[in-house]
Amino acid sequence: MINLRRNKDLAAVEGRRIGLDSIMTVLAFVLLLVIVVIPISMIIYNAFFFEGKFTFGLIVDQLTRSTTMSSMWNTVKIGGLVTLFGTIVGVFYAWLLGRSNIPGKKLMRSLFTIPYMFPPFLGAMAWDLLLNGRSGYLNRWLMQTFNLSSAPLNINTVWGIVFVEISYYFPFVFMQVVSALERMDPTLEESARIAGAKQGTVIRTITLPLVVPAISAGALLILISSLAHFGVPAILGFSQGIFTLPTRIFAVISRSGGSFEGIRQAAALSILLVIVVALALLLQRKVLSSGGYDIIKGKSMRPTLINLRGARIPLFIVALVTLVVIVIVPLVMIFLVGLVRAYGLPLRPENFTLANYARIFTTSGTVDSIKNSLVLAISAGVISMVLGTLIAYVVQKIKPKGTGVLEILSVLPYSIPGTVLAIGVILAWSGSLRVNLYNTLWIILVAYIARYLSFSMKTSSAALLQVHPSLEEAARTCGATHTESLKDITLPLIRPAMISGFFLIFLPAMREVTTSVLLYGPYTRTLGVQIYSLRDAGMMPQAAALGSVAIVLIIVINAIVNAITADRKGV
Amino acid sequence: MAQVQVQLKNVTKRFVTKTLGDIVAVDNFNFEVYEGECFSILGPSGCGKTTALRMIAGFEDLTEGEIFLGGRPVSSSRDKLYVPPEERDLGMVFQAFAVWPHKNVFENVAYPLRIKKVPRPEIERRVKEALHHTSLTGLERVYPSDLSGGQQQRIALARSIVTNPKVMLLDEPLSNLDPHLRETMRFELKELQSKFGFTIIFVTHDQSEAMAISDRMLVADMGKIMQIDTPENLYNRPINRFVHSFLGESTFLNVVIKDGKVYAKGDMEHPLDVEAPANAEPEMVLATRPNAIELTADIGYQTHVQTRIFLTDRTEYVVPIGNQTLKVQTPHRITFSQGESCSVRFVEPMWYPVEDAEAEKERQRRQLI
Amino acid sequence: MAYVRFENISVSYGDNQVLKNFSLSLEKNEIMCLVGPSGCGKTTLVRCLLGLTRPDEGEIYVDDRCLFSSKRRINVPAERRGIGIVFQDYAVWPHLTVKENVAYPMRKKRMKKEDIDRRVRDVLKQVSMSEYINHLPGQLSGGQQQRVAIARALMSSDDLIVMDEPITNLDAKLRDQMLNEIRDIQRNLGTTIFYITHDQKAALHLGDQLAIMNEKGELVQIGSDEDIILRPKSRFIFEFIGVTNFIPLKRVDSGYKLDLGREMIPWPESVPEDVEQIKLLEMGTRPNDITFDDASPIRAKVKRAVFLGSEYDYFIELGDREIRVQQSTLDAALVGVAKEGTEVGLRFLNPHYYEAKRREA
Repeated sequence: MINLRRNKDLAAVEGRRIGLDSIMTVLAFVLLLVIVVIPISMIIYNAFFFEGKFTFGLIVDQLTRSTTMSSMWNTVKIGGLVTLFGTIVGVFYAWLLGRSNIPGKKLMRSLFTIPYMFPPFLGAMAWDLLLNGRSGYLNRWLMQTFNLSSAPLNINTVWGIVFVEISYYFPFVFMQVVSALERMDPTLEESARIAGAKQGTVIRTITLPLVVPAISAGALLILISSLAHFGVPAILGFSQGIFTLPTRIFAVISRSGGSFEGIRQAAALSILLVIVVALALLLQRKVLSSGGYDIIKGKSMRPTLINLRGARIPLFIVALVTLVVIVIVPLVMIFLVGLVRAYGLPLRPENFTLANYARIFTTSGTVDSIKNSLVLAISAGVISMVLGTLIAYVVQKIKPKGTGVLEILSVLPYSIPGTVLAIGVILAWSGSLRVNLYNTLWIILVAYIARYLSFSMKTSSAALLQVHPSLEEAARTCGATHTESLKDITLPLIRPAMISGFFLIFLPAMREVTTSVLLYGPYTRTLGVQIYSLRDAGMMPQAAALGSVAIVLIIVINAIVNAITADRKGV
Repeated sequence: MAQVQVQLKNVTKRFVTKTLGDIVAVDNFNFEVYEGECFSILGPSGCGKTTALRMIAGFEDLTEGEIFLGGRPVSSSRDKLYVPPEERDLGMVFQAFAVWPHKNVFENVAYPLRIKKVPRPEIERRVKEALHHTSLTGLERVYPSDLSGGQQQRIALARSIVTNPKVMLLDEPLSNLDPHLRETMRFELKELQSKFGFTIIFVTHDQSEAMAISDRMLVADMGKIMQIDTPENLYNRPINRFVHSFLGESTFLNVVIKDGKVYAKGDMEHPLDVEAPANAEPEMVLATRPNAIELTADIGYQTHVQTRIFLTDRTEYVVPIGNQTLKVQTPHRITFSQGESCSVRFVEPMWYPVEDAEAEKERQRRQLI
Repeated sequence: MAYVRFENISVSYGDNQVLKNFSLSLEKNEIMCLVGPSGCGKTTLVRCLLGLTRPDEGEIYVDDRCLFSSKRRINVPAERRGIGIVFQDYAVWPHLTVKENVAYPMRKKRMKKEDIDRRVRDVLKQVSMSEYINHLPGQLSGGQQQRVAIARALMSSDDLIVMDEPITNLDAKLRDQMLNEIRDIQRNLGTTIFYITHDQKAALHLGDQLAIMNEKGELVQIGSDEDIILRPKSRFIFEFIGVTNFIPLKRVDSGYKLDLGREMIPWPESVPEDVEQIKLLEMGTRPNDITFDDASPIRAKVKRAVFLGSEYDYFIELGDREIRVQQSTLDAALVGVAKEGTEVGLRFLNPHYYEAKRREA
């Protein structure tokens, strides 16, 4: 209410500024129309309209196919299992690191940051190399050592997909729960102890119930991510005919060779995927709105740690080993296989060569893919941040009519699976609306901007919120015009957030594959797509080598980001 | 002779911190609290009061010394004894209420009894009684987030009295309430105490609150006990400058004592109308309260009114004296206008040595902990 | 001519009329405290003065310069009004050093660097912040940031400064200190200060003149601290400043009787002429204007006695009514403390009489 007043005040006081406000508002609406509304509308149109008439026929047609039903079932099954076990693992580690006196906390926490940097499909590739049903390295070793006739473990199964996805998604729950545990008001537990409850009872009756909201929040994040995920099921499921909805959509598009029939089927499937995700989102909304508890304390008092006593070292070993298996092993595999002369050869030094790495820099396709990803990631980052800030400013400070619509439109793409977004972009910008960006970098860029706009909106909104109106008003009373106060006060104060926001987009965009795998053309492969293609063509060691380069690139950039943002912590 | 309910013997607590080195948070605390007393521990932040309370509760272990509850030792460095909080049979009320948001009012208050495996009908009876005494009857099914701060504080109170503890610990329990409510809650606390007869140990930094509620008070500064006495005695006969300025308003005057006469620094010609203390030093600090200075036309040291402000229940004057100024408060009926000449006379002041600047620096440092 | 003039200012937000025909004048070189309950419109008035809010009607003059006039369609933009402001949350810019913060008003005025530096150093000396000149606000305490805000306001203008609740976020001891500092600065520089607050104590300490507003946005009384305390013009003022006791009085043939609920006792004092004919009155007294007097026919019982250091606070049962009495410790030393549960006689020293508010049954 107060904000609304204030803006009416300032606008009314300076007649001229109304012009600038209007321009910004209109621009915001137009951009969202082009980036978000049109692609989504095209999907709906193509899924529900056949020859100009509204019909459910296309959807029903898809639903009657057994491939569709099994894909849907797999999507839901995998999503559910990943959520269940990922939550358990996440809570276990959150407890261990947030509330016990286990040693090596710093070490284990640093290991947690790796899954965030590591694209899941590379992890899937690594596990495939190890536990592929027929030729996995680990399988072969086990068969040799224990004289087995067939492979004991097969990663190309639903459970295999579940396993790999868990190892990337459990940090979602971990982060939420460990934060809640660490910031919880310790007097909540102390008052229980005064009341006579022993440590165990306190955990059971007080601590656990109070972190349930955090657990639910993390669990739902896992669920939604898994439902929309492409990379892991693609790598591990295709060879065995195991499909989820996102990979099914991809299969339909690639098998139809870009025909309109194929895209229409894909549109219908997209609607089904959106419905599944929407149900999960509704669940999320319901759970989150029933409220978390206000358990965070202002003063920073550390909660008492639980003494593990005898179990301390055994638990530490279990936790560390599990982390190493989940996080380190795939990394090592990728690097090693990148060194191997030919796939299938034992991983021994005599079989190693640097030729695969060398070929990266000589193969034009590969070098191009790195260049493409860099260009796309930087452009997407910059453009998304600028647009996101513009929209956030309009929503927060200008507050025109239709602000609610702006907000919804800008965060909508976040809930839409990358696959579906790609389909929408194809339908919108492949010529049917007189703009044809197909097979160019532009179409990928447009999809990226749509996808990452919501990230930057959130970051910019949070940053703008921190700039209290009185800071700008103080500048005005000191003689600065409105524009000057923006330049001198507001922009410098949100700049650090904008820079972190940029990197929040840049890094995922660099290693992205879900969207670009549907949008690439012969000369517009991204890094992720190139790795995927090399593997598809059977060139395993080259794919692994490129994967290693991607990993190193990401680690280096991440380190640079940390160095830059750490410096600016003062403001 | 009243029984001793809580006793601290030579209790010391040492912390090792990374940023500020070794801190002795509590330095050799010795005191006793008698049955049925309301005993406050008062001081600025960093004085050790919260640490002392947490040691009595059992959330911190002492480095040296012994703590007894009802004659039973619960912490002892000598015997390596440490009884955990859940076995000390205390009641405690925290500053931020610590009321569990996932339990309703009834469940909150019933919790200590459930832990003790008290049979259900008796739980109901005792909870009802506790709620009645804290004016919460009828709110059993309500959740804390739907209640005001004052009501949440009452839930915490009810929960702590439901087990009939002998000793109640209160850690700044009223500072999160608005001033009017604070007054009401103070009164309710005292009523509960007289009804149930428990002993209260009350930690606060608010001196007027401590004075209003306590039978006896302990004033602490930088980990050390300064003085333990009744509020009146602490206010009227504070043992040092710190206690004097911490309780109520103080007026300090730097004086020079020569040939048995007291002079305000800056005016060696006109002596003050006050007797030099027994063990006088050449330079001392004269300490009094603004309303303990007599303002008349001609009795005492001659000066004039520099400024005058009317407050709701008194008039406040600033008069120059030597090279300093003096704040004097009088009832409205005594009026002098600005610039008018007047005289001041000190009624039974206290005398303190001149303090060095180091003490204040150390006090600031401790507030960062 | 008054230095600052608000003339018939009206501001409304939708249906809510915050200020209606509000007029107020400030004299030069004075501290004027505008006191009123939260939400009464004082902040809105300040924003109108600064140019951050546009009044619907009225005129604003500072030193004969018209800053706003609805009639003449004048509205000087905020950045050209040249008035210093200290906000409640200080609004010190966290990304600029103390020096840059304080120098900002001068940057916009295009002065020579050496001159700016000199002025910055001078004004920092005024607020005792010289040694923090290159610090960032994040390294300063609340009180120190407040001083920087004051210094910056002084740079904007050492003629007129507005302070909007500047000390509410500080702890008690620091608040008193800052009040003294503000008074000293004003005395040294002769600045006119317009101080807005809901804290009566601060206003009484600081103000040469006080202007009291009620919750409807109306100006109820202007005067010195003495006027407001000893000669409150209305019941609102009397009740607003400090604690008050009200006891109903009913007119009977022989005078007035105190209505104590379960009984009525004769009221020994004579009632002033201007209220003599009113049937139902309310007698208001401050707790410190009631003393214990054994000879008084008005008897009461001491329910609670609380020692507060400089005074004793009593809750007294007078018939069915509960009133508060305050006794300074000096008086207590002379006549003794009244003990809980005992009976005492009461004497009312400075009663104020008002027509009784209509009671809803």
